[in-house]
Amino acid sequence: MVPGFELGVYLPIAEISVNIFVLFFMGAAVGFLSGMFGVGGGFLITPLLIFYNIPPAVAVATGANQVIASSFSGALTHFKRGSLDVKLGSLLVVGGIVGSAIGIYVFVLLRQLGQLDLIVSLLYVVFLSTIGGLMLYESIKAMRRTRAGQLATLKRPGQHNWVHKLPFKMRFRASKIYVSIIPVLVLGGAIGFLSSIMGVGGGFIMVPAMIYLLKVPTNVVIGTSLYQIVFVTAFTTVMQATTNQSVDIVLAMLLMSGGVVGAQYGTRIGQKLRGEQLRALLATLVLAVGLRLAIELFVTPDDIYSVTLALVSGGS
Amino acid sequence: MRLAVIPLMMLCLVAGRAAQAQQPVPASKETIEIGLSTDTISITSGFRGTDLTVFGALDNADPLIQRQGRYDVVVILEGPPRNFVVRRKDRYFGIWVNTESVSFQNIPASYSLASTRSLQDITTPKIFAQLSLGVNNIYYEPMPEGFDSSASLREFTKELPRLKQKQLLYNQRVGDVQFLSSTLFRATLSLPANVPVGKHVARAYLFRNGEFLRESSTSLNIVKAGLEFRIFRAANQHSLLYGLFAVFLAVVTGWAGRLVFRKD
Repeated sequence: MVPGFELGVYLPIAEISVNIFVLFFMGAAVGFLSGMFGVGGGFLITPLLIFYNIPPAVAVATGANQVIASSFSGALTHFKRGSLDVKLGSLLVVGGIVGSAIGIYVFVLLRQLGQLDLIVSLLYVVFLSTIGGLMLYESIKAMRRTRAGQLATLKRPGQHNWVHKLPFKMRFRASKIYVSIIPVLVLGGAIGFLSSIMGVGGGFIMVPAMIYLLKVPTNVVIGTSLYQIVFVTAFTTVMQATTNQSVDIVLAMLLMSGGVVGAQYGTRIGQKLRGEQLRALLATLVLAVGLRLAIELFVTPDDIYSVTLALVSGGS
Repeated sequence: MRLAVIPLMMLCLVAGRAAQAQQPVPASKETIEIGLSTDTISITSGFRGTDLTVFGALDNADPLIQRQGRYDVVVILEGPPRNFVVRRKDRYFGIWVNTESVSFQNIPASYSLASTRSLQDITTPKIFAQLSLGVNNIYYEPMPEGFDSSASLREFTKELPRLKQKQLLYNQRVGDVQFLSSTLFRATLSLPANVPVGKHVARAYLFRNGEFLRESSTSLNIVKAGLEFRIFRAANQHSLLYGLFAVFLAVVTGWAGRLVFRKD
């Protein structure tokens, strides 16, 4: 076989042959979107891989691996600018590692029960439709406001809420907040859990939660979120590799190299377009992906029976 | 001529009856041997499935029975034993969910068969069952406590070979054992693209006038070669290092992307 004449590449872990260009463009398209909107893209990559017949277990594990690349370069930029709260970020990482470990345990359990594919799809349907719906609603409202001649500004979050009544408070100087460590650990844990089960960085939940729940100033939110994502997805990748052997580095490399290229163009285009229109566009896309996954849950399968290798169960 | 034929046929009948009386028939003098040109097949990532040719020799055959075409050969290639779970989906609130399942153990991961004629023309279903020969006669052994009820066990035992055939892992080819000369035969078996790696066993079964005489076997190692397989092996044998390397690759890619990005 002469390399270069074969457009197909065999993914050693997913154990299927795929077209190099399809995956490269998939990575580039998601990279483009993540550059344009400043999102990690993990929540789009995993469903797209599932549509492309990559086994969900491999799609989820490789998704987490792929997120590291885009988050790392972003986190580095914010670190140099100083727009990153290392103390808050590290506490989120602690929570994230615990959450990720629990997530891996649940992942293995679901796989043994044969319910992993279903749960991954269901989680994606719920998250994508909720987030897509909220974004669409918010961006349409903003568009209406601009048309009415007002300035499209984000509502300023209120000063205090129930979160500030919790004990074990700690001061975070870079964020200028004094907050209980309980919501920080819980938030980090939830994101870590999702990174194991869904193969996402979790920025799309982390950013709004930090702004609205923890009242972290917007200038350090993105950097701190990326900082947490790098460490947690790195931990998740190693955990997936050791417990499920489901990280496909060939697949990850194709997606990442496409992503790097795509992100450059995405950022440039993103600066030229208007924010609310961009958000409406992304929201529509997110909803479409969610809808497609939802339809697949309801469509009668070609074969209601399936056969898989029995996984060696731990105790019994 | 005719005089010679009759005693011979009688002899055969006698031999046949004797064979039926005491099972694995040592009375016949025919022997069967099979050979493979290699004991290891390396498949690379571009493997799209192939035919495997098995050569065999039938010695001390009775020329008359041979002329009448009453010798039959069935050749199989059986993949390494693995444990499998068969699941059934049912509808819950409109959503298709995996519900019942049955686990089976020591099931050949692949099974290719080639025969001189269609199986029902070779011998009776009972003999095939005794020999566990043929896709529908493999012993599908359920795992203890791997099933809920005997009804579902029957149902899933029927589905397993069907699913395996759908995946092309189990296949039967009628007429693909051919005699090249009075002693030499050739069997053509299908190796599907998804053929499992590991130790495979090739077996040849010799039948005369519908009765089983003897079998011969040889083994074949199927290994995956090339970079992709080395990656697969690394992921399974050195999973921690593999995971750390995956993280390292991602960090380097992210960092390299940033360098490129900063130039313009």
